[in-house]
Amino acid sequence: MSKELVTVRSLGKAFREYRSELLRFATWFGMSARASNEHWVLRGVSFSLGRGEAIGIVGQNGAGKSTLLKLITGTLRPSEGGVTVHGRIAAILELGMGFNPELTGRQNVIHSAGLMGMSNAEIEQGMSGIEEFAEIGEYFDQPVRTYSSGMQMRVAFSVATAFKPDLLIVDEALSVGDAYFQHKCFDRIREYQKRGTSLLIVSHDRGAVQSLCTRALLLERGRLIKDGGPEEVMDFYNALIAERENATVRTGRGSDGRVQTISGTGEAVVEHLELRDADGLRLEFVSVGAKVSLYVRVRVVMDIERLVLGYMVKDRLGQVIFGTNTYHTSQILENAKAGDIVEYNISFPMNLGPGSYSISTALVSSDTHLVDNYEWRDLALVFNVQNLELPFFIGSSYMNPSIKVIRQ
Amino acid sequence: MKDLFRAIWAYRHFILTSIKNDLRARFVRSKLGTLWMILQPLAQCAIYALVLSKVLAAKLPHVDSPYAYPIYLMSGIVAWTLFNELVSRSLTMFVDNGNIMKKIMFPRICLPIVTAGSALVNNVLLIATTLLVFATLGHWSSAGLIWLPVLLLVNVAFGMALGMILGIFNVFVRDVAQVAAVVLQLWFWLTPVVYMIDIVPESARQYFRSNPMYPIVSGYQDVLLHDRAPDLKSLAIIGGFSLVLLCISLLLFRRASADMVDVL
Repeated sequence: MSKELVTVRSLGKAFREYRSELLRFATWFGMSARASNEHWVLRGVSFSLGRGEAIGIVGQNGAGKSTLLKLITGTLRPSEGGVTVHGRIAAILELGMGFNPELTGRQNVIHSAGLMGMSNAEIEQGMSGIEEFAEIGEYFDQPVRTYSSGMQMRVAFSVATAFKPDLLIVDEALSVGDAYFQHKCFDRIREYQKRGTSLLIVSHDRGAVQSLCTRALLLERGRLIKDGGPEEVMDFYNALIAERENATVRTGRGSDGRVQTISGTGEAVVEHLELRDADGLRLEFVSVGAKVSLYVRVRVVMDIERLVLGYMVKDRLGQVIFGTNTYHTSQILENAKAGDIVEYNISFPMNLGPGSYSISTALVSSDTHLVDNYEWRDLALVFNVQNLELPFFIGSSYMNPSIKVIRQ
Repeated sequence: MKDLFRAIWAYRHFILTSIKNDLRARFVRSKLGTLWMILQPLAQCAIYALVLSKVLAAKLPHVDSPYAYPIYLMSGIVAWTLFNELVSRSLTMFVDNGNIMKKIMFPRICLPIVTAGSALVNNVLLIATTLLVFATLGHWSSAGLIWLPVLLLVNVAFGMALGMILGIFNVFVRDVAQVAAVVLQLWFWLTPVVYMIDIVPESARQYFRSNPMYPIVSGYQDVLLHDRAPDLKSLAIIGGFSLVLLCISLLLFRRASADMVDVL
């Protein structure tokens, strides 16, 4: 048995159009006909996947991810190069596909498992396990048309993964279904992974790729442009998306371990920001009601006509608590020159409830970042609010009540 | 070719359950269920018999049953139903299953086999009922029936080969299915099912006889109405022709299957 489970050698796939379909028919019988239009969706892709390895495939829409998966499963034939697979593949491509709505869950399971190449004996053996995993109770023997989409997905996932494959292909399928079942799905995938099943995952979910995969491939316009660790590849991918929007994206880890995202065209950048108390000292823990100021130092990199600073305070769930900008306060800075340093001091009482908050900043030219986005910085600053002196209260805002109690 | 048969063998259970599901799914929500497979052709036969028996019954003088014409009609319709179902379902077979073909790797040859299998089961049930109806009409077939399996085989081979070839072309040029539906109707009326070949002008009869469906349909009529062996020579010719056509369709299928998924 070969060491590599899947070997992909300079794989290419072209969809060909002919001036007349008759020309296409002629090619089946060895005649050479020139295609009028040849569209390469994948070209020169080479990699190998070892046993037990988990690879995430990322890329923008139309990059050729699905085509690559179809070539590996064998439903599409390569136009050049080749794919060698030593083992059984199970693909969770489109869940519930091929289910007949008039047949019961059980009958559809038999049908789908048969389509996957399972023998009757194997299906019989696996049936109780499938029924158990799907957890849809009596519905299992009801026609599929009475199912909710979630139930259909449960049955479909259960069949697709009922028989331990050598390679499991997952195509964006795990984003459906309820949270409980998603956990179950991930557990099963991890368990198979432990028992030596290789994984091939297409997902835009950074978390899924990073937690399951040991390696990632980045496809761009049909070419394999990066092959490496998941974190590195995902970061590169994010940068790539930003580049398409004529901007750059950088990410880094904040002090609390959360990922900071910074995007923008870079004509002006926030050099420094901090929260200060009344004496101008830097704060990380703030008392409820304390007078604080947000200090922001901006460096202008290129000449810009108008500069507006916006900021938002968000709670730990990312909900915006407050936000405004210098456009609304009529403090637009005109004709900023390259090299200028602009300092902003935003003072306000910290009338927030106890908890963790973050500040996002935006450097723009008007009241929205959609026109010119010089820099957008999420999670630019994280701070905590504590209630040390005031009477206990709950909630995200401090409303500074005065309560009168009158007893008669 | 050997791989082909090995794949079919490996997927035999799947093919069987697919045929079962296919029959089940088609009638699962109707009150009379599977009965409709039989009731429909019977009703068709009753309609023709009602409308045309006065005109055409006299043309069957050598059969001494008052129901000679309905029996003649039914025999032809049994044959035509199978052929018609095979061709019209094979036509859209690949297009209908496009989604599965794109996503799941399985031997594609299962599709035509499932189609042929379910059509065949339908037809066997129809024949059984037809014989039952004939018996209640006082018409018994006996010795001739041993030829029925041969007729079925030739009919399936011809229908499947033709249907598969058209089905493959239909993937690339979708007009094929539309044109074929019209041609099938015309073909039905060019085949002596409703009428007898005797009413066709002498000069035109040879053309009618060159219709590949003629030996098959008249074979059914020989067996079911006249209780005699079909014309073996013409049946052998069409049988051989079907076999060649079947080989061509398999070859075409092999060559086309790579391209097929690309355009589905």
